[in-house]
Amino acid sequence: MANIRELALTNERLAPGHRLCPGCGLSIIARAVMRGTKDPIVVATATGCLEVSTTIYPYTAWNVPWIHNAFENAAATISGAEAAYKVLKKKGKINKEIKFLAFGGDGGTYDIGLQSLSGALERGHNFVYVCLDNEGYMNTGIQRSSSTPYGAWTNTSQVGKIHKGKEQFKKDLTAVVAAHHIPYVAQASSHNYMDLVRKAEKAFAVKGPAFINVLSPCVPGWKYPMQLTQKLAKMAVDTCFWPLFEVENDKWILNYDPGDNKKPIIEWLKMQKRFRHLMKPENTHIVEQLQKNVDFRWENLKKLCGKG
Amino acid sequence: MTEQLKEGNGGHTHQKEHKQKLKNWKEIPIGGKILEAGNSKEYKTGDWRTFRPIHIPEKCTNCMICWMICPDSCVNVGGVDDPNKGKKGVSDKPNLGNFGGFDLDYCKGCGICAEECPFKAIEMKEEKEFKD
Repeated sequence: MANIRELALTNERLAPGHRLCPGCGLSIIARAVMRGTKDPIVVATATGCLEVSTTIYPYTAWNVPWIHNAFENAAATISGAEAAYKVLKKKGKINKEIKFLAFGGDGGTYDIGLQSLSGALERGHNFVYVCLDNEGYMNTGIQRSSSTPYGAWTNTSQVGKIHKGKEQFKKDLTAVVAAHHIPYVAQASSHNYMDLVRKAEKAFAVKGPAFINVLSPCVPGWKYPMQLTQKLAKMAVDTCFWPLFEVENDKWILNYDPGDNKKPIIEWLKMQKRFRHLMKPENTHIVEQLQKNVDFRWENLKKLCGKG
Repeated sequence: MTEQLKEGNGGHTHQKEHKQKLKNWKEIPIGGKILEAGNSKEYKTGDWRTFRPIHIPEKCTNCMICWMICPDSCVNVGGVDDPNKGKKGVSDKPNLGNFGGFDLDYCKGCGICAEECPFKAIEMKEEKEFKD
């Protein structure tokens, strides 16, 4: 794999001038993922922050062919494009290698686009799906999604006398996708960019569907100072809230184990104002619940990776 | 809008450029098509900035981490060769992807580069300290 300085000589596939918030993790991830292949790529994007802020009319930030469809069907759209490519290749009208990539937010992947993603994975189209998980519907003004963590404030999981933020745990989508037994599934984070590029390279290289789930800190949604995006992503990994792992042909591999340096989840929570209410003494039981859940999932994952 | 306000907006160079480039309905292609890829370059997001990144060359090792993590692709890539190239102990491989300055037309001033630089070679300074 190329190092950063070699990567720096490759073409920029996402042009500057897009209108994502300052400090947004989405474009860091999109730029890194699209460096995973040298072949031409076709990109489909589900409705979400990345889609709306990169394509405000009459501008587009995409230097690659780009399709937008509705919220729920990025996976269906890209599988259609891939099927058309296969037919044209068979007829001899195209003879170059083209890769297919879909970006979806957590709303468009965890919730609304789950069935079309599942269908596309089952049909076995040769494409890469990247979920940019910022833990909520940030584009429409911070509503809860099934990816929002337990106890988090959003506009639809308010904090008051009775309710103390979201009352459900985060959906483990990476495991849901791994249960489709596709060739490559991975979970990555924006702070470990070389790991992210490596995973993108692997995902583009496999024949058949591949899925990468990437945690993308959101400045207005998580409420933290904008320069800390990478720190937030790193802390999520260090607390084992967002472990880095990959599933290659049903073999689970743990990429990073903090070992004894595993930090308590409160370290990550106190960096974000959406968890501000959890710092009050009467809400410590919520933090404990969340810690228990994180530990349980971490131990489970270690067992799956043969390290438990 | 009062005359004074208009002048105030006009002083903002980026906005002025952007306003001039807005097309009228006769110039827009039929069907709302966008004919050029990556034309968001015409929209300068640099005027969002309150803090400006300043590069300190003495500390910089050209690791290009800032380039990798810039959300707005604002770190230019230079191809400057090492002056000691070919001498003993220095690799004679072509120098790859050096730091080539910041593209302040697009930098939104988030400060991720300054935060993440392992050598503290980038500083954020308030925009009011600069005249241009």
